[in-house]
Amino acid sequence: MNASVSDIWVYLAETPLLGLTLTLVCYQAAFAIHSRFGMHPAANPVLLAVAMLVAVLLATDTPYPVYFEGAQFVHFLLGPATVALAIPLYAQFGRLRRMAGPLTVALVCGSLAAALSAVAIGASLGASHELLMSLAPKSVTTPIAMGVAEQLGGLPSLTAVLVIATGILGAIGARYVYRLFHIEDHAIRGFAIGLASHGIGTARAFQVSEQAGAFAALAMGLNGLFTAVSLPWLLPWLTSLFTP
Amino acid sequence: MLKALTLLLLFQLAGEVVARLFGLPVPGPVIGMGLLLGALALRGGPDDALRGTAGTLLQHLSLLFVPAGTGVLLHVHRLADEWLPLVVALVLSTAIGIAVTALVLKWLVKPDRERVAPR
Repeated sequence: MNASVSDIWVYLAETPLLGLTLTLVCYQAAFAIHSRFGMHPAANPVLLAVAMLVAVLLATDTPYPVYFEGAQFVHFLLGPATVALAIPLYAQFGRLRRMAGPLTVALVCGSLAAALSAVAIGASLGASHELLMSLAPKSVTTPIAMGVAEQLGGLPSLTAVLVIATGILGAIGARYVYRLFHIEDHAIRGFAIGLASHGIGTARAFQVSEQAGAFAALAMGLNGLFTAVSLPWLLPWLTSLFTP
Repeated sequence: MLKALTLLLLFQLAGEVVARLFGLPVPGPVIGMGLLLGALALRGGPDDALRGTAGTLLQHLSLLFVPAGTGVLLHVHRLADEWLPLVVALVLSTAIGIAVTALVLKWLVKPDRERVAPR
């Protein structure tokens, strides 16, 4: 009896079915907890689902690449979901166009503030060069961040994890920043969280309102663009100033 | 649903082609988003099928980050070695990024409703 159970496990562990199903089950459990706590941002569904999956993979001694064989089908949907952000963006097009000037200025200031403060704080606390370069693009969406980290000499797969962590932190913590500085406009709230916390911040913003979500999606796209063209030349130049 | 999904994939594909063709550092899906936005502006908005499919996909946007997040397993040692600078830098820089963006916008944008409580 026991032998056949382990036979079944050995078979299932080799197929993508298990990784895929596990991802969906853990996410839905995480989302149920999130709902249970009245959608409170601290009960972040990504954080909870990742924690559950890590626990399961460690307990069953499953290597990440084996898990990813199945999970890649979910991961793939990030592409079409990013394209789909054009629809809420279109709905806010009028207001976006009226705010084009201020949004551009806020993009440049916010993007540089997020990236450079991360590097400066990390460096002052003694982080390694590799870690700093993996950290710099952490506010932008995963595929862009990984590409930028590679150009800078960081570790792309480490950057992917830091990007997710930043997204979760932003989704949890943004409300305290808004409260501190009395930020009430949903357009501003959305733009700020999308800029600093990419897709996970955008997912959170959509829970708050359609308008916040659309502005978050815009900020995510713009910051991805801006970071991809600015950081690869700006950061090496800045670090050369501090290491003569 | 199927038509809408195909359309999204076609725009993603177009984005990938544009990115490779012009050697852009931006990923294909982000360019695809821009292309679709342009197409919607020309056509005067999405139809119900596209709106519905996009809504379904975006409703569980969080789910799509779970596989990459689980990749934390690959970096446990490095994270354990450098956890202090990492945690402080992540927490503070995320707060700084949100605060700077929001304050610049608040300063530059006149509120839509002037009756926002003065403080």
